[in-house]
Amino acid sequence: MDHLFEELEKDYRFREGYHTCINCGTCTAVCPAAEFYRYDPRKIVAIVQTRDDAEIEALLRSDTIWYCGECMSCVTRCPRRNGPGLVIMALRDLSIRLGYFTESEKGRQILPLTHTFARNILNYGYCVHPETFRWEDHMESGPVWKWHTEHLEQSLARQGANYKGEGPGVLRKIPQASLDELKAIFDVTGATERIRLVEEYSAAKAREMGMSMEEYERQAFEYSSDKHFNE
Amino acid sequence: MIYEGKQKIWKDYQKEIPDDHWYFVRSCIRQNFFPASERMFTEITRNVLGKDVYETPYHTTCGGIAYHCDTLPQETAMTIVARQFALMTEAGYENYAASCITSFGNYAEVLETWHEFPELEARIREQLWKATRREFKKPKYLAHTSDLIYHWRNQIAEKAKFRLVDKDTGEPLRIAEHIGCHYAKMFPSKGVGGAEYPYVLTGMVESWGGQIIDYPERRHCCGYGFRQYHVKANRGYCVSNTHKKFESMEPYGIQAIVTNCPGCPYFMDRWQYFIAEQTGKTYGKDGFGIPVLTYEELAGLVLGYDPWDLGLQLHQVAVEPLLDRIGIPYDPKAKYLGVNKEDLLRPSLPQTLKCF
Repeated sequence: MDHLFEELEKDYRFREGYHTCINCGTCTAVCPAAEFYRYDPRKIVAIVQTRDDAEIEALLRSDTIWYCGECMSCVTRCPRRNGPGLVIMALRDLSIRLGYFTESEKGRQILPLTHTFARNILNYGYCVHPETFRWEDHMESGPVWKWHTEHLEQSLARQGANYKGEGPGVLRKIPQASLDELKAIFDVTGATERIRLVEEYSAAKAREMGMSMEEYERQAFEYSSDKHFNE
Repeated sequence: MIYEGKQKIWKDYQKEIPDDHWYFVRSCIRQNFFPASERMFTEITRNVLGKDVYETPYHTTCGGIAYHCDTLPQETAMTIVARQFALMTEAGYENYAASCITSFGNYAEVLETWHEFPELEARIREQLWKATRREFKKPKYLAHTSDLIYHWRNQIAEKAKFRLVDKDTGEPLRIAEHIGCHYAKMFPSKGVGGAEYPYVLTGMVESWGGQIIDYPERRHCCGYGFRQYHVKANRGYCVSNTHKKFESMEPYGIQAIVTNCPGCPYFMDRWQYFIAEQTGKTYGKDGFGIPVLTYEELAGLVLGYDPWDLGLQLHQVAVEPLLDRIGIPYDPKAKYLGVNKEDLLRPSLPQTLKCF
């Protein structure tokens, strides 16, 4: 696709986060992702600043744009009031819309993330919910949390929660009318179409990789190659 | 820097916090991981301080975590926020208090973006009407719930039964504070004290008798990183950043950590367990970890609530050494009991991290 820079400029986050970068590297110095991954937000903004479509497209197809944790520490310290984290959000959005996210290991993780949050929001009204936050997928949460999940309803009652209950309170059952409104918002604002798009691109990539969708999604959630890390 | 200059800078980062009548929205993460803290916020504000804090069962997630995992278009996230504002408007409130730091940052971002781009606000109003037939006014005041506990910190101190002081030595406890990134890193003027010198938790700790200890990586992210935790393959990012913080604070003799973010206390508690089991290293004294508390847990302790009513049994790092140091009584046998002393068995013990 041509005119990628112009596409980025339509994104409000890009317009808020991209001014004239002086390439000082302050963002990289404070970046938690740069601690861990082969990642340098200064270089990303420098590439975007070239306005070169071929270079921007290579970014959109790469693992690089998925390393950021969106903590926005870079926003605080940038002497020119740029927000490399906001530029990243715009790049990711464009990568998803164009289907380029399936070309990288970290980009393919969008499928399990989309399923997790779409299901939690539309079925429960929460981004995180006890019925889907499985201990088996979060074993670092330790034996106390394992105990908690094994005695979930009793433990939550002891904590004063209103789990699945009517009315206000902690982990209440969100009324169906409210869930219906969330679904309508998804339909009207493009989230439903976004889910369809992510699934369609992912299914095509799964076929190309010779995997079922279940295998593809599980691998995206669990597998990490060694190529991402700082030495 | 001359004194007047410092005063001017400090004034720029002060925040007007109305004393009463707040519309309250809950945090997805906190309701899951610190359910008793969510309950204690309303318990303390309504029943101890006598404030009007209103909650409707019809509010939902703000979508902030999904948005920062890049799974929602920006306009979807904004329209969910607009619906939350509509519920506030319908309830007759104009002061909006969010229990989640991600939400607080999300609301601040939405309001600032609408201010910069009014045509986008108009579009979101149209989309909200089309989807829900609702309309909204923007909040007059936006606060994080830690702002409110900060605002009322001295009233809590007046009612306190305990102070954050070592009962044997009389010395203030050595406490580190950890501020959630989205509290003020994006919009420093929205947080008490700004992004570099936030005072919201420091003010509470000082008011309740403790001492805040500085350390080099005090402002470093806990390592949550949204997609970096919610995808199993990425969690090395999370533990690496938490590890960096604990290595940095190790020389300073920290006795407890207080946080105002939903995820940070979970990660800083659980990764201490993981680091201990993987490497054999612990950061507290005698094989224990350093307890990481929410501000409601800390407020509840000084107000004299039973530690198990505050949910401290859900921490992986044992809190008993901290309770003993302050002199807070507790019943060890009641720690893992359910309602009406129902027997719920006990968690297994880690191999390295010392727990009860």
